[in-house]
Amino acid sequence: MRPSLRLLEATRPQRMREAFPRMSPEEKTALLEAFHPDFRADGMREIRVGPNRGDHTPHEFADQLEARSRIDPDQIDLERIDHDVDVLVIGGGGGGSTAALIAQEHGARVLLATKLRHGDSNTTMAEGGIAAASHRHDSPYLHYLDTMGGGRYMNKPELVQALVMDAPIVLDWLLRLGVMFDREPDGTLICSLAGGQSRKRIHSAKDYSGLEMMRVLRDECRNRGVPVLEFSPAVELIVDERGCCAGAVLYSFDTSRYLIVRARTVVLATGGIGRLHIQGFPTTNHYGATADGLVIAYRAGARLLYMDAIQYHPTGAAWPEQMLGWLCTEALRGTGAHLVNVEGKRFINELETRDATSSAIIREVDHRGKGVRTPAGNHGVWLDTPMIDMLGGEGKIHRLFAGLERRFKSYGIDMTREPLLVYPTQHYQNGGVEMVDAEGRTTVPNLFVAGEVGGGVQGRNRLGGNSLVDIFVFGRRAGRAAALQAKEVEPARLTLDHVREYHRHLSEAGILNGRVSPLLLPDYTTVQPASGARS
Amino acid sequence: MAQGTDLNMIPIYIMGKLHYVPEGLTIMRAMEHAGYRLVRGVGCRGGFCGACATVYRVEGDHRLHMALACQALALPNMHLTQLPYFPARKATYDLEEISDPAMAAIDLYPELANCLGCNSCNKACPQDLKVMEYVAAMLRGDLREAAELSFDCVMCGLCTARCPAEITQYQAAMYARRAFGRFASPRPVHLEDRLKELAEGRWDQEVERLTHLTTDELKALYVSRDMETPTGGFAKAVG
Repeated sequence: MRPSLRLLEATRPQRMREAFPRMSPEEKTALLEAFHPDFRADGMREIRVGPNRGDHTPHEFADQLEARSRIDPDQIDLERIDHDVDVLVIGGGGGGSTAALIAQEHGARVLLATKLRHGDSNTTMAEGGIAAASHRHDSPYLHYLDTMGGGRYMNKPELVQALVMDAPIVLDWLLRLGVMFDREPDGTLICSLAGGQSRKRIHSAKDYSGLEMMRVLRDECRNRGVPVLEFSPAVELIVDERGCCAGAVLYSFDTSRYLIVRARTVVLATGGIGRLHIQGFPTTNHYGATADGLVIAYRAGARLLYMDAIQYHPTGAAWPEQMLGWLCTEALRGTGAHLVNVEGKRFINELETRDATSSAIIREVDHRGKGVRTPAGNHGVWLDTPMIDMLGGEGKIHRLFAGLERRFKSYGIDMTREPLLVYPTQHYQNGGVEMVDAEGRTTVPNLFVAGEVGGGVQGRNRLGGNSLVDIFVFGRRAGRAAALQAKEVEPARLTLDHVREYHRHLSEAGILNGRVSPLLLPDYTTVQPASGARS
Repeated sequence: MAQGTDLNMIPIYIMGKLHYVPEGLTIMRAMEHAGYRLVRGVGCRGGFCGACATVYRVEGDHRLHMALACQALALPNMHLTQLPYFPARKATYDLEEISDPAMAAIDLYPELANCLGCNSCNKACPQDLKVMEYVAAMLRGDLREAAELSFDCVMCGLCTARCPAEITQYQAAMYARRAFGRFASPRPVHLEDRLKELAEGRWDQEVERLTHLTTDELKALYVSRDMETPTGGFAKAVG
């Protein structure tokens, strides 16, 4: 590490003067196809049952689909209803909390059920901030263009339109709820760049952006008395005899009992997939990110979109060992930090989209042999963080990245004076349950989605800053639409026939592996840290 | 890191029970190594969420220590328990109805005035926050100071568990930050302007038009747009 560190310092003055060219679309496509993990054929397999039969998805997720329910439908009494509400929101992160608040505002009797505590989610862990075209030199037009290009033009246009047009409105909503955004003394919102965003439009609250938004939303839910059921993950959706979603079966971790919730409409906001450790990658994700919502929606007949498009964040920590896979926010590059190889050279414009930047790091480390070896034997590239203070003045890191600075310091690394070692880490699921309109509707009537569990907004690659805006925009839209639709729904007989049918399809496909899903929680008692379960 | 004998194993006591775990693990990973499949007492595993508040003593040291299990390392002869829940009062309020934000802090949390100045909260805080100082700031009516001092709070509740004056510091600070965020700064003019434009439909047609373009047409616009750079100024999208 030491000799390479000296090279990095030696090349820094020159690097700081030079611009690194951006790739052409053709160069980017070639880079992705050669080095992005989504293109590793042996990492994927064909889905053999359900609405997406024939599509490809990573083995780890296919395993979750090729599994039986945790419950035996014959052992569940759907007549014994524990909670009877208008709108059931499943998931207590930013998207679910927003949907619950807005559904209640629209007069619905709401229940928010969540697997762990209210607020336990990837929202809490978002460091960088929220994208919105709030400044004069920016516009929803440019935000639209950036988002589509970043998503490789596979995003659903009407969803991106809703995203960029609502983004400033959502920002205002959060400000009024008292979110402490980074501001200038005159009130101006301070913004930074993210890869593929053509303007400084990432609004932050230091590097605790998501935590700050989440704790405000949770506080507001409590102020308004939104009923919340913690430690109660959904293990199946309930579908009524007409084929409409009509509630869920929850499992109480505390009492080991199943609970029946009848609802006129359901908003699914269960987040992502990181804890499945796709292709053995470490993850930045929350402990609960185990694809539960995707699995139960799929059994209920919902179509999934782009479940072969996984996002690897370019800069997960590669050292120290205890922080392997840890998110080092994109805002570090957005404020000027370079990516540098073992020879002290740049190899990519740091503000290319995440899919391209991650691919370039993988190329540098695994194919060109220009990575830096860590004392634990892993490899990464340098993220030249001291540049941030050099460019922005002493104290900038401390002001904007206090959380990250504290964590590295606890392992004896002072990121204001020395660079970090980084390597891509699983971060986001670009696809999800297919959204069929901008209110979060799915192919299952009365089932809505919001946030990471939904597919279509982000295309095949999400831009930095676009997930926090996604959860609030579509949380609000789904919450409102679910509340309004609930007024039209006449209750019908509840069934779990879709589970029986799914089991029959598994048998017909010869899938008799004894697995059950959703996973609910990863098991790190047997999987040791270095083999995937890294942080 | 295999569970082999080649590693230095250290003794730790989880709720009184002895386990040997490899040196260098966080408390959380040490518990998992010992066979605990955590449900409560685990969350983001990244020091953001405060789910894994942990209390411990080390043999030979009379002091009580507080930490987040996902952040702190397991130490030899450590005796620990997690504190995944602690009863705490949260005052409810409607931010829109508050006329004097600083006074409201005392109305909502009158027990703040009972602070004994004992420093227990500061010693408890795994984020090293100046809890006692932000309580004092709220009592002085200085919401800015309270908001800034408490900003890195992960709401684990350890301060509250230790407070002899029975104050719920982290919930009081939650109010302080929201009131500060809502009322302290002038409204951002640029956002007001954008909201007005959106309300007037200024961007409706331009964005609507984009939704009807073919991929090739979008690509042409995408590669020809200019890009703001980290240091200010603009560069070409390609090359």
